[in-house]
Amino acid sequence: MSETRSLFSDAQLRRGRARWVYFVVLTLLTLLFAAAFLFPMYWMVIGSLKEPAELARPIPTWIPESFHPEVYVQAWNELNIGRFFLNTAFYAFGAWLVQLVVDVTAAYALSKLRPVLGNVVLGAMLSTLLLPTAALLVPAYLTISDVPLLHVNLLDTPWALWLPSAANAFNIYILKQFFDQIPDELLDAARMDGAGSLRILVSIVLPLSRPVLAVVSIFAVIAMWKDFLWPLLVLQEPRTQTLSVALSRLSATGRVPLTEVMAGLVIASVPMIAAFLVFQRSILKGLTAGGLKG
Amino acid sequence: MSDTPHVTGASPRARRPARRRRRAADNGLAYGFLTPAISCFALFSWYPLVRGVILSFQQVNFVSDPEWVGFANFSAIFHDPLFWTAWWNTVKFTGIALAFGYVVPFFLAVVVNEMRHLKGYFRVAVYLPVMLPPLVVVLLWQYFYDPGNGLFNTVLRGLHLPESQWTQSPRMAMVSLVLVSTWANMGTATIMYLAALQNIPGELYEAAELEGANVWQRLWYVTIPHMRFILAVLLMLQIVATMQVFIEPFQLTGTTNPDTITVMVLIYRYAFTVNHDFGMAAAMSVLLFVVLGAFSMAYIRLISREGTRA
Repeated sequence: MSETRSLFSDAQLRRGRARWVYFVVLTLLTLLFAAAFLFPMYWMVIGSLKEPAELARPIPTWIPESFHPEVYVQAWNELNIGRFFLNTAFYAFGAWLVQLVVDVTAAYALSKLRPVLGNVVLGAMLSTLLLPTAALLVPAYLTISDVPLLHVNLLDTPWALWLPSAANAFNIYILKQFFDQIPDELLDAARMDGAGSLRILVSIVLPLSRPVLAVVSIFAVIAMWKDFLWPLLVLQEPRTQTLSVALSRLSATGRVPLTEVMAGLVIASVPMIAAFLVFQRSILKGLTAGGLKG
Repeated sequence: MSDTPHVTGASPRARRPARRRRRAADNGLAYGFLTPAISCFALFSWYPLVRGVILSFQQVNFVSDPEWVGFANFSAIFHDPLFWTAWWNTVKFTGIALAFGYVVPFFLAVVVNEMRHLKGYFRVAVYLPVMLPPLVVVLLWQYFYDPGNGLFNTVLRGLHLPESQWTQSPRMAMVSLVLVSTWANMGTATIMYLAALQNIPGELYEAAELEGANVWQRLWYVTIPHMRFILAVLLMLQIVATMQVFIEPFQLTGTTNPDTITVMVLIYRYAFTVNHDFGMAAAMSVLLFVVLGAFSMAYIRLISREGTRA
């Protein structure tokens, strides 16, 4: 292993007094990160497991006196958290599927079929990265409530989330970048064998693109799971709501036991934290590689 | 059918229509593949942009056709005292958020980058809050901020320090919102700074040391110049992101609180709660778009300049 160095070299950090300073800083930093970033999550989990009376005490307990995991069953059934969880999972799955189908076919056409004016189309798509989402909120809402040409109302339907999520220039950009690196000779050889464009996409391009498809998939699911404002506007029917929107509504009523709200928060967080621990490499890489907001 | 003798190896004139036909078929196929994406962009990005501008000059009700009202929407929002309050609050939020969420992660990243152990732990810990749904974060903090027996006041009480009303005090409300937002989002900036720090060649620090530069001089003359690009990029991105702040004021202080109402909350209020006036909301959106568009343009110029240099 070659010695990497930054402000200090490894040798400097190993010498006499510096070594002590280094270990003091390392310990303090470790504790600081634990207190700042991990402790709130711990508080959320034990808050959900305490008895309501214990949670309401002015002097909090650091470790619950009694554990009540049954609150999760109550929240799942009585607050309907189960339904909202499944809604959110369904929306995330659909967003993933719609984004893959729409954005992969577009990136493939722009990269390998190279139609007339392809660059103009790509430019028009990339320019939407400049649009703050906020600026489109009102007209996009009106569009969903009465889609031009088709004159259907998509409010309270999954399409209200799925179709706008497919208009994702960031996806098309990184997919196209990846497809550009696949040699044309491979595709030409398949064409000689009589494969059509769709066949080539499915049997040659997609199997080679697993890494980029993974990144797009992970970000599609995360974005849908985290979204709040757009689902708040287009899903007004309580039955159709996402976990975030439903929790916001339920907590505002003030009639729901705090332990059950806490359980709802934990249920909403677990899939994201699990996904992060499993895919942390791709997620952190995708973040720095893009340099754009994912 | 002409009876010209058949020529093998088609003449250029005969080949061209065939090739054009094939090109046309290819283009047709390519645009077939592009149709779903173009439709999504047209319906949910390009058309709403145009429609938003049009809407800002119209009076819309859902009974009769929209009518043109010129600048009436703009003059209506200019005369709304909340308009100026919302802009001022948003600028304030952005300013405080930059102090916390732009400067602090930089120093955090510099220190973490010096650590020879637990690098993975630091990365995962700082990014964990970014993975939580924002609504979960604000509800969790709402419970921390509770003036009675929320965690923060309990700790302050335990340390015999003065307690705070947090989101319910006019003076502390905005800072409280920034704290939540920063906690939830600082992971992104920290990870990006760390990535940039790792790309600085070690020889440069060696060389600076040989010149007799102490640690602060190394930070100032080696680290910061190499971080210039990422510092500029994150500055633009964070300004654009924080000026669109919505969920923190919406959930923690409500849509009617003048201490914390922001531009996005006011747009929401114009369109969906008090006024039910899409024209006013669109006019406000256009103004926000113009302001943020300037920052976005600066960002794109940065990226493309860097792209040509690299």
